[in-house]
Amino acid sequence: MIVERPADLRRKKILAHGFMIFFLCVIMFPFLSVISISFREGNFTTGELIPRNPTLEHWYLAFGQTYTRADGTVVMPPYPVLLWMWNSIKIGVIAGVGVLAVATISAYAFSRIRIRGKAALLDSLFLIQMFPTTLALVAIYAIFDALGEVSPVLGLDSHVALILIYLSGVTLHIWTIKGYFDGVDTALDKAAAIDGATPWQTFRFIFLPLAVPIMSVVFVLAFIGFINDYPIASVLIRSESQMTLAVGSRLYLNEFRYLWGDFAAAAILSGLPITVVFLIAQRYLVSGLGDGAVKG
Amino acid sequence: MTVAMREVGAGPALPRLALVGAGTLGLLWAAYYLYALQQPLFGAVLLAIACGFAVIYGANRFYGARFIFPGVAAVLTFIALPIGFTIYLGFTNYSSFNLLDFERATEVLLSRGAADPATEQPFAVVPEGEQYRIWLPDSGLLSAPVPLTGPASVALTPAAAPATLLAARDAIRLRDGLQALTLTTPDGLAIVNSGLRTFASVTPEYTRASDQILRRSSDGASLTADHSTGFYVAADGTQVPPGWRVGIGWGNFQKVFQSEGIRAPLLSIFLWTLFFAGTSVVLTFALGLALAVILQWEHLRFKAIYRILLILPYAVPAFISILVFRGLFNQNFGEINLILEAVFGIRPSWFSDGGLARTMIIIVNCWLGYPYMMLLAMGFLQGVPEDHKKAAALEGASSARVFFTITLPQIIPPFLPLLIASFAFNFNNLVLILLLTTGGPDIPGTIIPAGRTDILASFTYRMAFDDSGTQFGLAGAITLMIFVVVAAMSYANFVLMRRGSARRSGH
Repeated sequence: MIVERPADLRRKKILAHGFMIFFLCVIMFPFLSVISISFREGNFTTGELIPRNPTLEHWYLAFGQTYTRADGTVVMPPYPVLLWMWNSIKIGVIAGVGVLAVATISAYAFSRIRIRGKAALLDSLFLIQMFPTTLALVAIYAIFDALGEVSPVLGLDSHVALILIYLSGVTLHIWTIKGYFDGVDTALDKAAAIDGATPWQTFRFIFLPLAVPIMSVVFVLAFIGFINDYPIASVLIRSESQMTLAVGSRLYLNEFRYLWGDFAAAAILSGLPITVVFLIAQRYLVSGLGDGAVKG
Repeated sequence: MTVAMREVGAGPALPRLALVGAGTLGLLWAAYYLYALQQPLFGAVLLAIACGFAVIYGANRFYGARFIFPGVAAVLTFIALPIGFTIYLGFTNYSSFNLLDFERATEVLLSRGAADPATEQPFAVVPEGEQYRIWLPDSGLLSAPVPLTGPASVALTPAAAPATLLAARDAIRLRDGLQALTLTTPDGLAIVNSGLRTFASVTPEYTRASDQILRRSSDGASLTADHSTGFYVAADGTQVPPGWRVGIGWGNFQKVFQSEGIRAPLLSIFLWTLFFAGTSVVLTFALGLALAVILQWEHLRFKAIYRILLILPYAVPAFISILVFRGLFNQNFGEINLILEAVFGIRPSWFSDGGLARTMIIIVNCWLGYPYMMLLAMGFLQGVPEDHKKAAALEGASSARVFFTITLPQIIPPFLPLLIASFAFNFNNLVLILLLTTGGPDIPGTIIPAGRTDILASFTYRMAFDDSGTQFGLAGAITLMIFVVVAAMSYANFVLMRRGSARRSGH
C-alpha cells in the first residue's frame, strides 16, 4: 500500500495489537472461568481464577463415576452426561447422513437435470427455508403425540421422531451444494453424456466424487446444527434417558438444584469434541457459508 | 430410499418396476393402517407420498423428478405440513382443557364413578401364600384368593373372621392391584375399592342417554354435547371438563386483539423482538467487520492465532455457551458480579431487572454472533479491488475515508441478503431466550405468562409448553402472525437475491 512514516506505523501496530489483546481477554473470559470452575470445590463457591484447593470431583461426576470426598462422603453423578452425549452424536450422525444424501441428490438435479417447473420449485424452496421448523412446534407436538398412539417408536420421547423432523433442515443444504455444482464445468457432464452415461451414472461417478469436500462441509454444518437444537428436542423428548445434550444440560442450572461446578465439567467434556471438529473444518466451512448463501 | 434409487436409476426396467411396486404397496398398507387407527390426516399424507412415489419412479417420463422427489417430499411433510397444521390449530380451541377428541372425552366422562355411601365399608387384606383374600368385617364376607397383579373379579362368601390380617401400611402397597379388583357379594352387587380403606358399590357419574346427550346420575340433569365450544353443557350453561378439540373460527384472534391482558404484552414483545433482532444484526455486523478489517491489515502479525481465537465463540456449541453465561451472570454466585463488585462495588440483578436482562441478552448474542459476521466479512473484503483503495489513498484520502467511501459500499450489497437472513434468524432465536432467561422477568398483570425478554417465538413456546397452561390453539394463532412477518422477510431476501444474481450475470 502507501508508504507510511515508520513512527506512524509503529503506533498503529501497537494500537491494533493492543485492541486485539484486550478484545480477546474479554472474549476468552467465559472459557477461562468455566475451566477454573470445573476444578473448584462445591457448586456455589465463588473464588479465584486459579482454585486454591483444586479437586477432580466435578470431572469424576461428569464421566459418570462416583467420587469419594476426603471426609468419606460419596457423591453420585447427578445426570448421565455420557449417555446424553451418545444420544446427541447418534441423532446428529444419522440425521446428518440423511440430510446429506437427500440434499446432494436434489442439488445435482436442480443444477443439471432439466425438470419442468424447476425454477418455480427452487424459488419456493428458497422461500420455505426461511421458515424455521421451530415455528411449527405446536403442530409437531400434536402430530407426534397422535402418531405415538399408533406406535411408540414414532411418538414423543422417541429418537426416530426427532431424526424425521431434523430431515426438514435439508433445504438450506440443497442450496449450498447446488451452488457448488453450478461451478463445475459443464464440459464434464457433456463428455459423460457422449460416452453414454445416464444422468444417474453422471451423478454417481462424476459429481459425487467431486462433491466430497462440500459434502463434508455440509455434514459438519448439519451435524452441529442438530447437536445445537434445543427447542424441537425439548418439546419431543421428556424422559431423562432419551435426552440430548442440549436438553439435558439445562437441568444443571435449575433454580432449586444449582450445580454450577458439575455443569462446568460436563460442559467442557461435551463441548470440546464439537469445538475441535469445528476448528479443524473451519477453513472449508467459511467457503461453504458464503457459497450457499450468495450464489443464486 | 437412496438404495432403491440406485437400482431404479441404473437397473433394467423389470426389477425396477417390481421394487417400485413393492415400495408403493408398503406405503399404501401403512396409509391404510393409519386410516384404520383413526388418523386420517397422516393416512392421507402417506397416501399422497405413495402415489407420488409410484408415478415418479414408475413412469419413465419423470426421470428427472426422481432425483428431487425425496427432498421435495421431506420438505412438504416436515415443513409445509406442520406449518399448515399450526395455522389450522390456530383456529381451534386445542389446549389442556380441550385435548382429546369427542369420542375420547365422552369415554372419560362415562368412566367416572361415585361411591355409594350406603354400601361403603372398611376392608382388610388376608395374605394366603402368594395370593390374597379380601375380608369385609362389617358384613362378614371373605373373597376367593386373588393374586392382585392385574384386573380381576372374584366372588365373596360369608366366613368367620380370618386370623391374620395385613397391616394397613402393607395393604396400601397393594393399591394398584386393589383398584383393579371387583368383588361380587352373594346378592350380586359389584363393589370396588373406593378409598384407601374402603370398598363400596360405585355408580357411574354419567350415563349415555343418546348419541349427543349424557345424563348425570346425581341430579338427573342431561348434558348436551356443544360442538361449538367443545364441552358437554348442562341446562344452566355450565361446562363439564374434559372437553374436546373443535374449530372456533377467529376466536383466538379475537382474544388476542380484544383482551388487554394479551394485547398489551404482545405489542411490547413484538417491539422488543424487532429491537433485539435489529440491534443484534447491527452490532455483530459492525464488530465482525471491524475485526475483519484489522485482521486483513498487511502489517499485522500473528494473524492466524488471532483468527482462531476470535472464532472460538462460534466453534463452541451455542447451547453450552449460553448456559455458561447464565451461570456467569448469576446475581449471587456469578463470576461477572464478583468482578463488578470488586472493581465498581455494584451487583446488578441481571435476571430480575427488565432493562438489565435485555442488555445481557444483547451482550451474549453479540459474543455468539460476531465470528460469523467476521468470517463472512473477511471473504467479502478480499473481493474489494486493491487498486481502488490505492487510487483513493493517492488522492490523499485518510484510511477511514477510504473504508467508508470505497470498501463499505462494495461489500454491503452482497452482504445484504445475509444480514436479512441473520435478522430472520434472531427474530426466531428461541435457543438464546429459552436457555438464558426463559423470557423472564415476567411482565406484571398479564393473563398469559409473558416476560420482558420474551421474543414472539419464546412467548408462543411458553404459552404452548409451559407448566402453567398448554394453550396450543392460542399459540397457533400467534404463530400465524409470526409467519406473516417471516414471509415478508423471506420475500425481501428473495427479491434481493434475485437482483444480486441478475447483476452478477449482467457483468
